[in-house]
Amino acid sequence: MAMKQNNSVQSARVPVAQFTPEMKKTHTILIPMMLPIHFEMIEHVLRKNGYRTELLRNEGSNIATEGLKNVHNDTCYPALLVIGQMMDALHSGKYDPHKIAFMITQTGGGCRASNYIYLLRKALVKSGYGYIPVVAINFAALGNDSESGFQITIPMLYEIAHSIVMGDMLMCLHNQCRPYELHPGDTDRVTNKWIGEINRILDGKASTLAHRLLACYPQIVKDYDNIHRAKERKIRVGVVGEIYVKYSPLGNNNLERFLISEGAEPVVPGLMDFMLYCVYNGIEDQQLYGGSRKKTIGSQLLYRYLVGKQRQVIKAIRKQGSFNPPGCFADTLEMVEGYISKGVKMGEGWLLTAEMVELIHSGVDNIVCTQPFGCLPNHIAGKGMIRAIKEKNPEANIIAVDYDPGASEVNQQNRIKLMLATAAVREKEKKRQAKKKGNAFRLGAGFSEREWIC
Amino acid sequence: MVFRIGIDIGSTTVKVVVLGNNNEMLFSHYERHFSQVRTKTAEVLRMAKEIVGDAQVQAAVSGSAGFGVAKVTGLPFVQEVFATGEAVKRWYPGTDAVIELGGEDAKIIFITGGLEERMNGTCAGGTGAFIDQMATLLAVTPEGLDQLSLQYQKIYPIASRCGVFAKSDIQPLLNQGANKADIAMSIFQAVVNQTITGLAQGRRIQGQVAFLGGPLHFFKGLQQRFQETLGLSPEKALFPETGLFAVAMGTAASAEESAKPMDFQQLLTCIENSSGEMGGSRFLPPLFENQEEYDAFCRRHASATVPQVDIASYEGDAYLGIDSGSTTTKLVLIGEKGEILFTYYSSNKSNPVDVVREQLIRIRTLCEEGREHPIAIKGCVTTGYGEDLIKNAFAADAGIVETMAHYRAARFFNPKVDFILDIGGQDIKCFKVRNNSIDSIMLNEACSSGCGSFIETFARSMGYTAEEFSKVGLFSKHPVDLGSRCTVFMNSSVKQAQKDGAGVEDISAGLCMSVVKNAIYKVIRAHSAQELGEHIVVQGGTFYNDAVLRCFEQELGRDVIRPAIAGLMGAYGAALYGRDMGWQQSSLISLEQLRHFTHTAKPTVCGLCTNHCNLTVNLFSDGSRYISGNRCERPLGGKNREQLPNLYAFKLERVKKLSAQRNPDAPLGQIGIPLGLNMYENLPFWHAFLTTLGFDVVVSDVSTLEIYSKGRGSIPSDTACYPAKLIHGHIVNLLEKGVKAIFYPCMSYNFDEGKGDNHYNCPVVAYYPELLHANMAQLQEIDFMYPFLGVHRRHDFEKKAWQYLKQYYPSIRLSQVRKASAAAYAAYNAWGEEIRAKGEEIIQYCREKGRKMIVLAGRPYHVDPEINHGIDRLITQLGLAVLTEDSVAHLVEPQKVDVLNQWTYHTRLYNAAAYVARQKDMELVQLVSFGCGIDAITTDEVMAILEEKGRLYTQLKIDEINNLGAVRIRIRSLLGAMEERENTRRAAENQKASDLERQPVAVGVGR
Repeated sequence: MAMKQNNSVQSARVPVAQFTPEMKKTHTILIPMMLPIHFEMIEHVLRKNGYRTELLRNEGSNIATEGLKNVHNDTCYPALLVIGQMMDALHSGKYDPHKIAFMITQTGGGCRASNYIYLLRKALVKSGYGYIPVVAINFAALGNDSESGFQITIPMLYEIAHSIVMGDMLMCLHNQCRPYELHPGDTDRVTNKWIGEINRILDGKASTLAHRLLACYPQIVKDYDNIHRAKERKIRVGVVGEIYVKYSPLGNNNLERFLISEGAEPVVPGLMDFMLYCVYNGIEDQQLYGGSRKKTIGSQLLYRYLVGKQRQVIKAIRKQGSFNPPGCFADTLEMVEGYISKGVKMGEGWLLTAEMVELIHSGVDNIVCTQPFGCLPNHIAGKGMIRAIKEKNPEANIIAVDYDPGASEVNQQNRIKLMLATAAVREKEKKRQAKKKGNAFRLGAGFSEREWIC
Repeated sequence: MVFRIGIDIGSTTVKVVVLGNNNEMLFSHYERHFSQVRTKTAEVLRMAKEIVGDAQVQAAVSGSAGFGVAKVTGLPFVQEVFATGEAVKRWYPGTDAVIELGGEDAKIIFITGGLEERMNGTCAGGTGAFIDQMATLLAVTPEGLDQLSLQYQKIYPIASRCGVFAKSDIQPLLNQGANKADIAMSIFQAVVNQTITGLAQGRRIQGQVAFLGGPLHFFKGLQQRFQETLGLSPEKALFPETGLFAVAMGTAASAEESAKPMDFQQLLTCIENSSGEMGGSRFLPPLFENQEEYDAFCRRHASATVPQVDIASYEGDAYLGIDSGSTTTKLVLIGEKGEILFTYYSSNKSNPVDVVREQLIRIRTLCEEGREHPIAIKGCVTTGYGEDLIKNAFAADAGIVETMAHYRAARFFNPKVDFILDIGGQDIKCFKVRNNSIDSIMLNEACSSGCGSFIETFARSMGYTAEEFSKVGLFSKHPVDLGSRCTVFMNSSVKQAQKDGAGVEDISAGLCMSVVKNAIYKVIRAHSAQELGEHIVVQGGTFYNDAVLRCFEQELGRDVIRPAIAGLMGAYGAALYGRDMGWQQSSLISLEQLRHFTHTAKPTVCGLCTNHCNLTVNLFSDGSRYISGNRCERPLGGKNREQLPNLYAFKLERVKKLSAQRNPDAPLGQIGIPLGLNMYENLPFWHAFLTTLGFDVVVSDVSTLEIYSKGRGSIPSDTACYPAKLIHGHIVNLLEKGVKAIFYPCMSYNFDEGKGDNHYNCPVVAYYPELLHANMAQLQEIDFMYPFLGVHRRHDFEKKAWQYLKQYYPSIRLSQVRKASAAAYAAYNAWGEEIRAKGEEIIQYCREKGRKMIVLAGRPYHVDPEINHGIDRLITQLGLAVLTEDSVAHLVEPQKVDVLNQWTYHTRLYNAAAYVARQKDMELVQLVSFGCGIDAITTDEVMAILEEKGRLYTQLKIDEINNLGAVRIRIRSLLGAMEERENTRRAAENQKASDLERQPVAVGVGR
């Protein structure tokens, strides 16, 4: 998925504004929001490395409208929203257009999502803001553009990777507390406290960063466990899908909030899985199509390192015992065997299927599979695999929901409610069966199963 | 006694049932709520008072519009599919599967063999509401539609995916004069197909099937189609009397557990008081703040008029323009100075021929009878969808493409016009004008055709005429933001707005805004008013609607001109064209002939080729006939015209020839290859590879609608592109041929042609075999081989292919694979070479003969006749040769583009565009499959490349839709624009030549 700033890119029609090294001091980089917890820490990393940044938090119907105005309407919803959010910010009057730059993530490989940055540039030029520089954040290609004043250095990448690990941990615990908290706001308070703590830790010396973070794990879990929570067990609903609509409340009409309001507990797989998926694909490519194994050594080392990080989090959560730990990528990788080939690597690719299977294996049978309307990779790896998953796991209760600027919330919610109604009936049935057997029903069965896998 | 009450508030109706202690039904009633959700619900409930009295009740709510009510009232909400399940358990035991159609939802519940509940996706659109819309289109009531359907004789294929598509199929059938009864039944068949494709997804509907919900309760024709299509015997198909109320009944039954008992009066009060809450809908600023603002607006637009002259006092010649549109018929008679003598504007009541005949009699009478100086009609020109039919029926002098007619009218009206936007019943057209010629034409795609007729159908469904409906919206305080995508989505958004308490006026204004936004952002794709120009003329019937006009001005932030004859501009332009032709006499039939004119239309199927076009044969009283619905000239009787070269046809022939190469004695036996997607290009490669290895390669047949139907039950994602969805049918086709092994590799990477930054396939092309494996159970029974192979690395490819194949065929040696691979690469290269050579040959031929060429740029699989629907032949029929993108892409240097140039097929598009931009005798038409996400990126770039060199860009969006009406208009518009430009250029050259004072150099100019 390496995105080279190849010579063949860029005609004279759309001039590219460079983010010069001087701009580091004068320009504020605006970052579109995707994952509230993670992005605050990633932003912090950028700031401590000398960039002026701001996370875009603007909301409202104008974002989609701006997106529709500035991007081809058949482009996927995330592009409309991300670019719409930027244009909305530009037009808000809050910023001096000569003193800002935009940041956009670049993922996707063969998926059209890899084109977002170009669409953004086109939109800026068309609206007369061609001078605003755009920087890409792309983990697979370091220092892709030597002229640019925006460089993700190895130490920065190291810090960002840790922010993602921590973000996943906080998100996982947060989601298990929020639906049950007895005093509204408790969970948010703990989460915010730890975001602040972790940011402080990130400020310290890089050489001891991993160690200092690891030392906090028990306290983090403990803090969440100290939140007063209801004893009841709610229906757990997994959220998978295209990365932006899966995570961004703007993209999925606040799906997590809706699920909680309907009495469910959202279970959202972490961002590190996606990073690992990207890294792993480099290794898989060599296996499928050949080429030098040596070239993948870096990927393999990185892969092992990151999986190790994930395992530490899982271990800490499991040790404490109150919460379900997140899945481990190495297991997810194995579970997908027999469903879809790991050669499916565009967009979320096989990871999407894998996450659904992983959720079911860990006892989360109810899943919302989110995607932008007409998402190409999800035709295959999302909607295309649901039948096979249900066949092998009859307990699976999956609903696919499309997101789009024109899609109505009622329609989406109605389908999710159908899934929840089915879930409730099955839950009842399970309880009845369990009573029959004289066993106390334990939710989150499969929890024990996980123990020997990971 | 506690009564249980189930309230089902759907998208169009409210249903209430009251159950007694033993689940016996004591009361049931339904009513259309016309979006007055709460008032109607309370009204229906009150009717039950007699039965319930003051007893205690337990009530629950269900339905798509019931969600909001439940939230506000605190009554328990039961999801409707779930409620249906409950009802079936209690009232229809022994049922194996349930099909329930509602106003806008379709549901299937499989009971036996694993419970499964499914609802239609967001794109699949409405069912009941869809039938209502279609009824309006046929100008009958829904009941009338049902009655009509029972007299059907044949069924036309109508796209079943969504309402908009179906409509685009039906409208032309109507205009061609097809039998209404046949269309009615075809509509029901489309609903059936949609339900089966979209919902069953490969799972067979069998056993005892219960059919529930309003449409299935009322429409006998629909019942018949379901029963027949599913092959159900009468005793297996259950259409219960109570089917309409199933959801309400199930809801009532669930209320026993979930609802708190309360007084009936309490229930009534809580529903009545529930109004006033505004929820998730978004609202826009009002159109007009007050009456004064509106009056000023009206005054400004009243100034844009055309002189009108009383026909009785007029003396001189006259010219007639007839615009037979998709939903309306317009006639304009003008005098020598362009003054208007007579106008007519009416819905064509689904028989435009009758409407036109009546008006022609009126006009002829006015012109000829009882006058001292009869007015001579010197020219009659037709335009619009029904152009050909009307021209043939009444012997008009000429027909012109509607875009040209509109341009002519606008130019007459405002010579400085630089932008025209026309929103008609079914089309949105816009033209930019530069240097007195059309610079670019943009038409709406099949997907966004929710234009004027959409507002009209919507108005009627809410109990208003279109005119009343638009008036209501003018003073809405909070117009609803309904989004700008397709009408199906708008329907759902309206549903949501209703839930949130929006009134009719807010919805009316919101719909107008949607139409405008759709035009500006989807069709014109404008960023600002400056882009459109200074002199904007808006026209088309839809702009009679002041609310639409106001929305447009508001959205654009600039005043525009709406001619008083906004709806007649097509006819007016046609009349002007007639006037400027300088004819001495019109061939239009006489008053006498008109009075005796009769017209009958007979449907038939053309058997001259495998396309089997549905033809309509129109017979007129003078014995002449006119055939419509044809895609080529063959059914019209063979005049031996010059056969223009067509590279699409050439490629298809070559693919067919290759497919026929079999090897019956092959040692490794048969192996199947589905002919679709990238196989259209890679077939030579794999055919040579497998044949050399010792296989007998069986290629599936060339796509037909029938092949598609065979596989469509297993399509999991309805919004994937048609080329992908067709593959399912090809697999079935191969299995029917008896193959025991199918080879269809996954290919993330395509061949590396070295012209882009990477050489990917799109995700759908790359991984569709994975999807097939997961969704077609039949594939488990054979060897379905779908390895990941990378042909871009030849050496590794050989090793990997060998490792894979020997699992199935242990006898295969690596050396054999190497040999096969050599043959494969050679065959693939030769294939490309042949296409390029053929391309050069065609270019040379055309240059010698002075023929123009179109590069029909798409993907290799667009060669499939079921995908391109014969567009290539349509183009040659219009007098242009057809080239492919891959036949010219090599003729230029790799292009610098402003997007990530990483897909092999798409890279060719950029190169082809750059090449065409430099050729005077070539134009580019891009074929885009609906749902192709990547083309959202390529189309803009291809357009930019062409426009940079001042060239026209034409895009054709294609899907399952079979009708070429819109395509024909686009291509003819392109031809018209080319001609205009040519004329302008010539005029300029002539001007220059005469400025040079008759220098000998001028000889030959204008040749």
